[in-house]
Amino acid sequence: MIAESTPKPAGIPKKKNEGLFSKKNIQTLRDPLDDSNPITVQILGICSALAVTVQVKPALIMALGVTVVVAFSNLIISLIRNSIPNRIRIIVQLIIVAMLVTIVDQLLKAYMFDVSRKLSVFVGLIITNCIVMGRLEAFAMAQKPWPAFLDGIGNGAGYGIILITVAVFRETLGAGTLLGYKVVPQWFYDHGYVNNGLMLLPPAALFLIGIYIWWQRSRNRKLINVS
Amino acid sequence: MHSNRYTLIYAAVLSILTAVILAAASEGLKPAQEANIALDTKSNILRAVRFSSDDRQAIEKEYGEHIREVVLNAAGEEQPGIRTTEVALKDEISKKPADRRLPLYIYTGKNGQRNYIIPVRGVGLWGPIWGYISLESDYNTVYGAFFDHKSETPGLGAEIAEAPFQQQFQGKKIRDDNDRFVSVNVVKKTDKISVGNEHRVDAISGGTITSRGTDAMLKNCLAPYLTYFEKQKSNVL
Repeated sequence: MIAESTPKPAGIPKKKNEGLFSKKNIQTLRDPLDDSNPITVQILGICSALAVTVQVKPALIMALGVTVVVAFSNLIISLIRNSIPNRIRIIVQLIIVAMLVTIVDQLLKAYMFDVSRKLSVFVGLIITNCIVMGRLEAFAMAQKPWPAFLDGIGNGAGYGIILITVAVFRETLGAGTLLGYKVVPQWFYDHGYVNNGLMLLPPAALFLIGIYIWWQRSRNRKLINVS
Repeated sequence: MHSNRYTLIYAAVLSILTAVILAAASEGLKPAQEANIALDTKSNILRAVRFSSDDRQAIEKEYGEHIREVVLNAAGEEQPGIRTTEVALKDEISKKPADRRLPLYIYTGKNGQRNYIIPVRGVGLWGPIWGYISLESDYNTVYGAFFDHKSETPGLGAEIAEAPFQQQFQGKKIRDDNDRFVSVNVVKKTDKISVGNEHRVDAISGGTITSRGTDAMLKNCLAPYLTYFEKQKSNVL
């Protein structure tokens, strides 16, 4: 997973006394949704995007889980960034991430048992999700807590947007349902429509993400020379 | 650059701190998690008698009203002092049949019909597999089956947890015409074995080891109950 992509370079340190929602902070929050989307531009966290997007509900929960973990690990690491001994910084980051993921996992097991069964190993694998470590190393280690927190929310949301978009297509086309409710009318089936079995398999997610990247780049010209 | 001393102390303090937080989270959430697991078990047991629901209360109600739990010994006698929750199937299945304690769930339906739900457990390819299989009151015909697994391959071995595989078991018989125990065999269509159609279900293509595991699990776990069933039958006559 580590070899998926090199993290983006850290931003320039900020001046003091910035507003909570200054232009720059909004930028930090908004950039990952599109211009530096973790999945389609940074190409991080693809593996889980393939695995949990068969239905919308697990995708939603996974997106929420990753957002919480990235945001709070960014926040915690940023808070203690000046005290972390440089030689063991990756280990420290990993401990924080692992702790947060374990707590999320325990919460799911206690309050959303069926979802936790569906997500099974993927919750644990948030630890290895490149987005988390990537953002810690690239952003939180060099930024103040608040921008770091926003960066985490932004990246989690950017990840979530892709996950949910892909899941909506896969669930509607593959199973004819959305969040478990039937959306393809019976009339279609009566006239020979069949659910697309390919959509239920992981490769479908790869195709959909590919199409998304294509669409995103044809719309957002400045991304074309990025990679 | 921080000193070695600082680095070591930092690492130690951080580890202890996170350990304390995690221990607190785990302890605090345990009751809720255990309740979920208990409910899941009940729901799985009921699936073996073709009752399925996602509603917590419906499951509790159905289970509370219709299921009686007993633990048997190898001689087929009920052991009133032991609760089914005290018996860990994981340990029992590796004992000799004569030493085993056998949990049994007796389901009494609305029309008074009885089903005997036997918990089964075995090994798949990557980890444990388990399930519940229910017999009709002739102690022979399978009424329903439910299987689950820890980590079988999705799409292959994991298919044992899907309805199409489990529905095959309905109506199969565990004894042949001469009343000998033959179990329900999970075999390939082309496998030449000497049992009739009512004793075999189709294995999963690509899930050979899981299928064999399921087959062995059924043989291992059903056989010890026969003594009890014999006894019940002779009581009725």
